[in-house]
Parts: sequence; structure tokens; C-alpha cells
Amino acid sequence: MCEPQKTDAMPLLQVKNLRTYFHTRNGVVRAVDDVSFEIEKGETLGIVGESGSGKSVTCYSLLGLIPQPPGRIESGEAIFDNTDLLKCSTAELNRIRGKRIAMIFQDPMTSLNPYMRIEDQLIEPLLIHEKTGRQRAVELGVQALKDVGIQDAAQRIRSYPHEFSGGMRQRVMIAMALITKPDLLIADEPTTALDVTVQAQIIELVKRMQAERGMAVIWISHDLGVVAGLCQRVNVMYAGRVVESGPTTSIYRSPKHPYNHALQKSIPALQPKGAELYTIAGMPPDLSKPVTGCAFMPRCEFAQDICRAPVELKKDGPGHATACTRAQRGEINL
Amino acid sequence: MAETFLEVAGLKTHFPVERGVILRRRVGLVKAVDGVSFSLARGEILGLVGESGCGKSTLGRTILQLIPPTEGAVILAGKNLAGLNRSELRAARTDFQMIFQDPYASLNPRMTVFDALAEAMRAHRDISTGEIQDRVATLMQKVGLSPRFVKKYPHEFSGGQRQRIAIARALAVEPKLIIADEPVSALDVSIQAQIINLLAKLSREMQLTLIFISHDLSVVKHISDRIAVMYMGRIVEMGPAAQVFERPLHPYTKALVSAVPIPDPAREHQRQRLILSGDPPSPMNPPSGCAFHPRCAYAKADCSQAVPTLEAFDPTRTTACIRAREIN
Repeated sequence: MCEPQKTDAMPLLQVKNLRTYFHTRNGVVRAVDDVSFEIEKGETLGIVGESGSGKSVTCYSLLGLIPQPPGRIESGEAIFDNTDLLKCSTAELNRIRGKRIAMIFQDPMTSLNPYMRIEDQLIEPLLIHEKTGRQRAVELGVQALKDVGIQDAAQRIRSYPHEFSGGMRQRVMIAMALITKPDLLIADEPTTALDVTVQAQIIELVKRMQAERGMAVIWISHDLGVVAGLCQRVNVMYAGRVVESGPTTSIYRSPKHPYNHALQKSIPALQPKGAELYTIAGMPPDLSKPVTGCAFMPRCEFAQDICRAPVELKKDGPGHATACTRAQRGEINL
Repeated sequence: MAETFLEVAGLKTHFPVERGVILRRRVGLVKAVDGVSFSLARGEILGLVGESGCGKSTLGRTILQLIPPTEGAVILAGKNLAGLNRSELRAARTDFQMIFQDPYASLNPRMTVFDALAEAMRAHRDISTGEIQDRVATLMQKVGLSPRFVKKYPHEFSGGQRQRIAIARALAVEPKLIIADEPVSALDVSIQAQIINLLAKLSREMQLTLIFISHDLSVVKHISDRIAVMYMGRIVEMGPAAQVFERPLHPYTKALVSAVPIPDPAREHQRQRLILSGDPPSPMNPPSGCAFHPRCAYAKADCSQAVPTLEAFDPTRTTACIRAREIN
């Protein structure tokens, strides 16, 4: 796997104070609330969290994929190679999206156009971004399908999406995302709809592609297992905020934030068989109501009055940061 | 082991594939369940795993006679469910219930929780309104919901709470067997834990026999006493949960277990993975012999000859692989 190159002064992508709110009839939903992170060239960053924690909205915001209205990016910047993605015009974004930053989505059934042959969808990025001639583009398309492990690529490229299985469609999505050799791949739960055996194939494929091409990957998932094997660093999100961030090993081995700790205790794979699983009391907060202090406080077993005060993500170790007032004061040992 | 409570013998569910509107002709046969036999004791939890399309849901539904079996018997407490007529089957349904994957789709949005639970009770016997009210309240408490919520509608609940309501509805007729088809797959990790704990507790307290269908092996391993692994309509391996998971016998189980990601970076980087190539074969046109042989790392010529039967490997475990002794 590729080590991040520390030689560059600027990270590949630097996100600062991103806030994405949705203005709905029922109030303002703070889907992403002050999120900052960065990713180096060739690095793999995992973003984990439960549904509604803001992991997808974070990445959609970066690529201008938030429907506006009702959504609005309230503040923040996302510097990608000296360009602020959040301030780009659509035309500028179009030069970056699908070329230097590619994205794959959860559901390969709905993200391929059922009326178009694989060929036409697959080579579209080349025709648009690289002005490749059609014949050359088809050659590259066949090669891209071979690279992701599709047999008889030269024939299969003429098929329609419905002729492919779910795993093969996701391979096509990956081939399409990688065909322009992007610097950054954003993968939004790409294996959630797939069987474990196919999931293992896709993860190996992304790892291999990354090693060959040195691209950076942001992998969004609710599955702590997938992230453990794939990512070098992990951001844990809760209620629209990053609550803990650090190298994968320390996120799993020595969790600092009570939410991250509780999450680890509630998955069956890490617990002795048949033992009662730890459950987090209560439910995630309603994001349309403003939360001043720690959003996890109402469900946290370590909560005290001090947790009502605003809390920030603070560095507390090499590359590790936690947003928990009591952990920052060294009052809780998990 | 205790006395047999549920026995499934040679169960087959075949679906004809037909073409044409007026002149319908049969163009194929999908053997969704193709000769499954096992037995369970009272209070036992069986985990049923396999990839999508392997027939695990069809097997669950066929056991409960929601799909008529093509062949075979389902003997529940001495009664063959496959041989019952409609009214007998209806009477027998109080003994077995089902919980579905999607709690958003399996509850009627126009019925309050009270109506949903009361309907199940009234459907099977005459019961006074007062008694219904008492029993609904008890059921709600049993699944961890406050009886104050009985007048609410499904949309007012979260996914985890809805799954609790679905469980309460299944329990309303006091069944002895519950088949839960992917009951936690649609839920978030922290909510999954609550539902798994609840099902384990109910099974223990009420001596419920539970068949837990899931594609998530770590969940199945956690809750089950025994695990059955299905591939292309047949059970390929069956045994005590921890053993199947830690020392799988059948090459397919080995690949399945190895594909499950471990949420521990150190172990995840160390281990050697067995990556299966390709997708499961088309059920319309299954491979000859052992259905797994085209994807199997251990396959040899004999494997494509005859369909291997499920045979005892040791006193507690069975597997359907002719090379099981050689490769283990």
C-alpha cells in the first residue's frame, strides 16, 4: 500500500470548517457542522458513522452535488490543488469532477444509465475531459474493464447494465471512475449492497488500483470492519461533526471518544460469542434543533455538566484528535 | 441433544420459469431449495447464511408454508405442516411466525401499534377487549417499548423501534418457532446490537426456537447455537456456530468466512484472504455435480460428477464435500 508522501507542503485536499445546512419546512437541519480534515496524496481516509451522521453530505458538498435549495453550504473551504472547490463555478467544477476527483456510489443499479451501453458510459469521461478520439477511447475502455477483472471485456463492453450482476456493475463503476486516472477517489459505501465475497473482491481491487496509481481514496462506510483493513486514517462522525480522528490502529485499539468506544463495543465481531452486546442508550439527536455542547452528551455514560459547553476537535497525540471535553482533560480512561 | 422439535426432511422448492402470454411454455426450472434436511431442538437458535440468491429466504418461507413446497416434509412438534389443508394450516400458524427485514415495509402505516398487535391476537382466537389491552401492554414491555406508545402509528417510530413492534406482533400469538429473515440488516450498528440482544433474550426466556437468516456472518455467529451454510439451494455445511466460523470444513464456508472483514486493523492486515473469483452461477443452469466446483480452489475431476450429500464429519458437524477429509 502507498505511504503518504510527506514531501509536499500542501495536502492533496484540505477541508476547513465545512458547514452544510438544509433549510426545510421543519427548520434548519445541520447535516454537516464544522468539519475539517485533510488527505495527503496516495493516502486512504475512512469516514465512519451511522446513517444521518453527515458522512455522505460532507463528500457531496465537496463536489457540488448538494441540491441547492434546500441545501446550502454555509461556510468553509475545500482546497484541492490551490483551488477552493466550494467557490468554483459549475464550469470550473466540471473540469475537476470526473477527471481529477472521481466518485463511486453505493448503488450500482441506479448509478448506471439503463438506456446506454456500458461502452458509451464508460468512455464518456475520456471524450469529455481528454478529447480522446472515439476509437482510442474504446480501446482504453476495454483495457479499463480488463483491469477491474471483467472477462471477455471486448464483448461485454457492448452490453447494457441489466446484463451485468451487482458486483460486475460496481466493477464497471470503478473502471469508469478510474479511467481518467484521478488523484482522488471518493467511494460512498461502495460495497454495502454487495455480498461479502463480492465485497472482498472489490476491496482487493481498489487496494491494487491504488497501489498501481498512487491515488488517494476517501472511503465512506458504516462498516468498521471494511475500514479497518483498507484505511490508514479514520474520521469518526456523529451528528454532523467529526468526533475523533486518527491513525486506524489508534482509532480501533485505543479509542478516546466515548462514542467511538461505544460503537466498538456494540459490534458482535469483536465480542465473545453470546455475550450481551453493549447498546448505546437513546437515539441520535434531531439535527434540526441546535446543539450547543457535545451532541453525544445525552447518550454518553461519562457526561457531566461541563459537556454542555461547546467542544472542539483537539489534537491529543500524533495525528490523533478527539472532540470530548472530558477526554481532553484526561478525566476518562476508556 | 434434546428432543427434536422441528424436522425438515428433503425439502424442495422449485419454481418453473415460463415464457409467453397466451401460449405459456416452461423454459426452465429454478431449484431455489433443493433437498434440505435438518432438525432443531426446542429453544435452539439456528443461523442460516449464504450469498444472495442461495435460497435461504425461500427456505425460511417454505418452512412456514408461505410458499408451498414441491417435495418434502416440515414436521413441527410431530405435525407435518406440508400435509395440512388450508384451515388446518391456519390453526397451526399460531405456532410459528415470521419477522421480516424491512420494518418500514412490514407494518401497515394506517394501523396503530395497538391495532397491529390486537389483530394478530383476534385472528386466532376469541379474546375479550380487556384481555387484549393487558396483553398488548405486556408485549410492549417485553420488547422494550413503553406501553404509552400503543396509540402511535409506525411512522412515528425509528427503524429499531419498528423492528421491536414487528417482533411484538410475531410474539402476539405465542409462537414456538420464529423465522427472522435478515431482521437487523436494515439497521445501524448501535441499533443492531439492541435487536440482537432482544432476540437472544426472548429466545432464552420463552424457549423460542429461532431460525435467524442473515448474510452477516459475525451477527449470525454471535447469536446462533448452530449455523447452516447454504449454496445454490443446498446446505453445504452445518455445525456448532463457533466451530463453523473458526474451523470451516467446506471450501465455500472457508471462502465466506475469509471474506468477512474483521474490525481490527492488526488482524486484518495479517491474515491471508481466500478471494472467490466470479459470481454465483445462474440458478437456471447450475453446474453439474457439486454446484461450487467452478469456483472451488480444491476442485478436481470427480467434483463435477455427482452431487455430494451432506455427511457427518464428526459427531456434531456435517458437510457436503467429497474431499472434506483430504483438505481438512
